[in-house]
Amino acid sequence: MSDLLTYAYAVVRNAEGLREATAPLRGVAESPVSLLTDTGDDQLGLAVSHVPGQDFQEDALKQHLEDLEWLEAVARAHHGVIEALGERTTVLPLRLATVYLDDNRAREVLEAGRTMFAGRLARLSEHVEWGVKIYVESSAALAEPTVPAADLTPGRAYLRNRRQQQSVRDTVYQAAQKAAERVEAAGRRHASDRVRHRVQQGLLADAAGAVGENVVNDAYLVPLKRCDGFLADVAHAADGLDGVRVEATGPWAPYSFAMPLDESGGAAAAEGAPP
Amino acid sequence: MITPGRAPEAERLPQRQVALIDLLDRLLSGGVVLTGDVVLSIADIDLVRISLRALIVSISEQNPSPWTRTNPPRGGDHDG
Repeated sequence: MSDLLTYAYAVVRNAEGLREATAPLRGVAESPVSLLTDTGDDQLGLAVSHVPGQDFQEDALKQHLEDLEWLEAVARAHHGVIEALGERTTVLPLRLATVYLDDNRAREVLEAGRTMFAGRLARLSEHVEWGVKIYVESSAALAEPTVPAADLTPGRAYLRNRRQQQSVRDTVYQAAQKAAERVEAAGRRHASDRVRHRVQQGLLADAAGAVGENVVNDAYLVPLKRCDGFLADVAHAADGLDGVRVEATGPWAPYSFAMPLDESGGAAAAEGAPP
Repeated sequence: MITPGRAPEAERLPQRQVALIDLLDRLLSGGVVLTGDVVLSIADIDLVRISLRALIVSISEQNPSPWTRTNPPRGGDHDG
């Protein structure tokens, strides 16, 4: 086996000048990116680069995936290639760290999946992905300072305080529900599809500067022509709702919509209720 | 008018780096899963989830406070 492996980033619809546009790109491990094309009709391309074998063998990869710095470097390199290609053509992103023994093997996979790839690219053409996250501010921050009532024992005062906090919390979740309904309505109006992601928690969420609790983390597939309308609706989704914030991220390459509907969860996933 | 994804280079330049967590949401659960050669690639979804969980857990052990409430990431579907 050679020391280098072929790392595949995305299947793309071939376009004029795409090969030239790909040439200056650097991918994982600063490796130059190239475009493998379908030997048949040249309609599809697979963006690849050559990465060190020792980092992408099974055992090494398993360990690396738990190393946040390594994961981040690979994720950002992967994303950089896909973003650059996405400015030129329709892109079908591959899952992080899809690796082949060599270019020939990668080309075989491209050719074997030709029909499926073409179908998915057609669905994603002229679309981008937007992320929409809904946050509620923490109940502690929202609870109004309560003046201890003279006629209450400390125990009763504590309980009353707790009840008030709970009540504020319920109100905020109801407001978040309302915002979620508005976002869903915007999605029905403008978007082609939706996928729900797990709500974001933990240090990575904190590191991103998130304030409050993330209760909705969705991705919408939106036609380019409908993006302005979608974003305008999303921007107003929290109007008049105290303690609720709606954030949009993007535009993204259609990562969340690369899988067929039945595997991705698709637009059918219905409940929009924050916990 | 905004043309998302096709904005000219000049407008995009002082580009804010995307948050890693938003990126990982997409790169570890999105994207086409093809069977790779290198034994696993990340084509094996369970492995990804296990690795991701390990990642998050190992972080949280150093700083347990963010994890005092609600459900840890599950091995199941991500659309719940």
